Amino acid sequence: MRRVVARFEIPYRQLLAADGRLVDGSAPVEHPAAALRTRLHAMLRARLFDARAVALQRAGQLGTYASALGQEAVAVGVAAAMADDDVLVPSFREHGAQLWRGVRMRELFLYWGGDERGCDYEGPREDLPVCIPVGSQAPHAAGVALAFQLRGEARAAVCLLGDGATSKGDFYEALNVAGVWRLPVVYVVTNNAWAISVPRRAQSAAETLAQKAIAAGVPGEQVDGNDVLAVEQVVREALARAREGNGPTLVEALTYRLADHTTSDDARRYRDESEIAAHRAEDPIERLRRHLETTGALAADELAAFEAACREEVEREARAYLATPPQPAASIFDSVYARWPEALEAQRIACVARAAPDA
Amino acid sequence: MPEPARAMAVAEAGDATVEPVERTMVEAIRLALGRAMAEDERVLLFGEDVGRNGGVFRATEGLQARFGAARVRDTPLSEAMLVGLAVGLAAQDMRPVAEIQFAGFGYAALDQLANHASRMRNRTRGRIACPMVLRMPYGGGIRAPEHHSESPEALFAHLPGLRVVVPSSPARAYGLLLAAIADPDPVVFLEPKRLYRASKEPVADDGRALPLDRCSTLREGRDVTLVSWGASLVETLAAADRLADEGFEAEVLDVATLKPLDLDAIVASVARSGRCVIVHEAKRSVGVGAEIAAGLAEQALDRLLAPIERVTGWDTIVPFPRLEDHDLPSTPRIVDAARRTLDHV
Repeated sequence: MRRVVARFEIPYRQLLAADGRLVDGSAPVEHPAAALRTRLHAMLRARLFDARAVALQRAGQLGTYASALGQEAVAVGVAAAMADDDVLVPSFREHGAQLWRGVRMRELFLYWGGDERGCDYEGPREDLPVCIPVGSQAPHAAGVALAFQLRGEARAAVCLLGDGATSKGDFYEALNVAGVWRLPVVYVVTNNAWAISVPRRAQSAAETLAQKAIAAGVPGEQVDGNDVLAVEQVVREALARAREGNGPTLVEALTYRLADHTTSDDARRYRDESEIAAHRAEDPIERLRRHLETTGALAADELAAFEAACREEVEREARAYLATPPQPAASIFDSVYARWPEALEAQRIACVARAAPDA
Repeated sequence: MPEPARAMAVAEAGDATVEPVERTMVEAIRLALGRAMAEDERVLLFGEDVGRNGGVFRATEGLQARFGAARVRDTPLSEAMLVGLAVGLAAQDMRPVAEIQFAGFGYAALDQLANHASRMRNRTRGRIACPMVLRMPYGGGIRAPEHHSESPEALFAHLPGLRVVVPSSPARAYGLLLAAIADPDPVVFLEPKRLYRASKEPVADDGRALPLDRCSTLREGRDVTLVSWGASLVETLAAADRLADEGFEAEVLDVATLKPLDLDAIVASVARSGRCVIVHEAKRSVGVGAEIAAGLAEQALDRLLAPIERVTGWDTIVPFPRLEDHDLPSTPRIVDAARRTLDHV
């Protein structure tokens, strides 16, 4: 006897076509025009921050930086779907989401400029900081979600990961426990097609990354990651399920990394310019701009005005970053433990004495 | 930022009216876990088989019935995940106490300890802390299968931001575990499983925490200082008895917290005795014993009357059970080492 004991489907969602029109069969966009403009502005703001960060790095004024050029719709769509008291558990290419949630540009500059204070966000105090070791933040999101569940709070955690992270054990282990305990958490994989030089097809033989959820008993969905409205809608629905006690969701957002992996990378070594050019046509900012123009919801000079205001903010924040003096040497000891142990005090004294101006 | 003061205040206040009862180490650990859970609802236990089964060594027996399956949770078989889970819980001001069944399986969780638990406070400049405890039965001597008798304390002690604590008796296990749970930073709590049921001593459920970051003197003596921790203290104390029979007074120190190391106490003792033997089950090279010896060379060289001796596991793979006694520090090995320091001219 042989019979099929399980089948699965992975839905794919898209609202806006590349030309900004609603795709066939889509319900009309629910957001008022002002909300759509807010999302457009947020993507533009993230991109202008991104460009300034790269420029600062090229000028030797910032450390290695991971650009998110072309991926703005995923970050902004996710953040727009979240409630303020949800908790974001990001990877390292998600400043679009962090900026939306109130992380300041000067904090992000500080972080990438090599200063721990860049993780001490004034805004979203409970959001976890950027996570560099790929995928290792996935179980943290499960832990945050378990705290919400135990306390009976209608909150959720949102974990952002890349396509490379889905090959790691942390990702499977976290998704697995989230499924078993029906934790209020949403995992969003930003599939930007490349993990440094390794293309998506060399990362996994699975047809979709979303289907990795199926093995954990978790729903998995794909969404057009260059369509900010679709991303927001899918994540909003997932968050609603999570808050209602219906467990986690895995969302795979399909987008493209237009930039090098980081400022230390040269993607020309491993991918063709023609591939990049093809993806430029899918630009998420252009797509929403065209939609708004088509529907008459964007005045001709409005975007230019917003861009000017944004550039001003970016420059102001960059100046604030550049004017921030480094932390004193003793600060490397101050936060390792709640109180630096007496048993290790001689090390602190030796470092501080050496760092004194006349040492 | 998580606020640790509440649990600590309760723990330090204690309850002097409770009568001590003879208890094994595993009973004392269970008692401390129950006490911490009763006093602070943020404390929760999780790990493989800790719930219904009460843990493979029964350290959590009865706690799920008492506190419910939400706070005493069986996890999927997933060591890295459960340490990562603790990081997320701690970020939300909970007080997670995770159990990994055997320290040899804790290697899978090293990434979470090294990259996250140990450094969350530092990298957020105190915005998010990681007040978690990772309990792991560790060490050899119970004839367990391979991978079940590891002593990896030096790996954890090397990581800044962690505390590494090893109890050596039921009463110390009770007090140190309460301190570890109340501590505002992550603690790796290594339980010498050979001692779980080896002996009993009076333990009062008084809620009193013992100080972390402190050695304790188990036996006073002026001729030679024997330094150890965990299960090896059994053989070390036996060695002190033998030496006493030969007319030598050995001082025995229980290091208890391996990171940060209370070197001052060890230096003070060796400054008096002039001789030191360091005993640990863990492998010799780059072990915690080497750190102690280096500290003594830095701070007490002019007081040493003999080279420092180390009695440790050899730099071999931990032997399978039939040969493990050749690896574990034995009383005769410790006595011989002490004699070498005493004979040195």
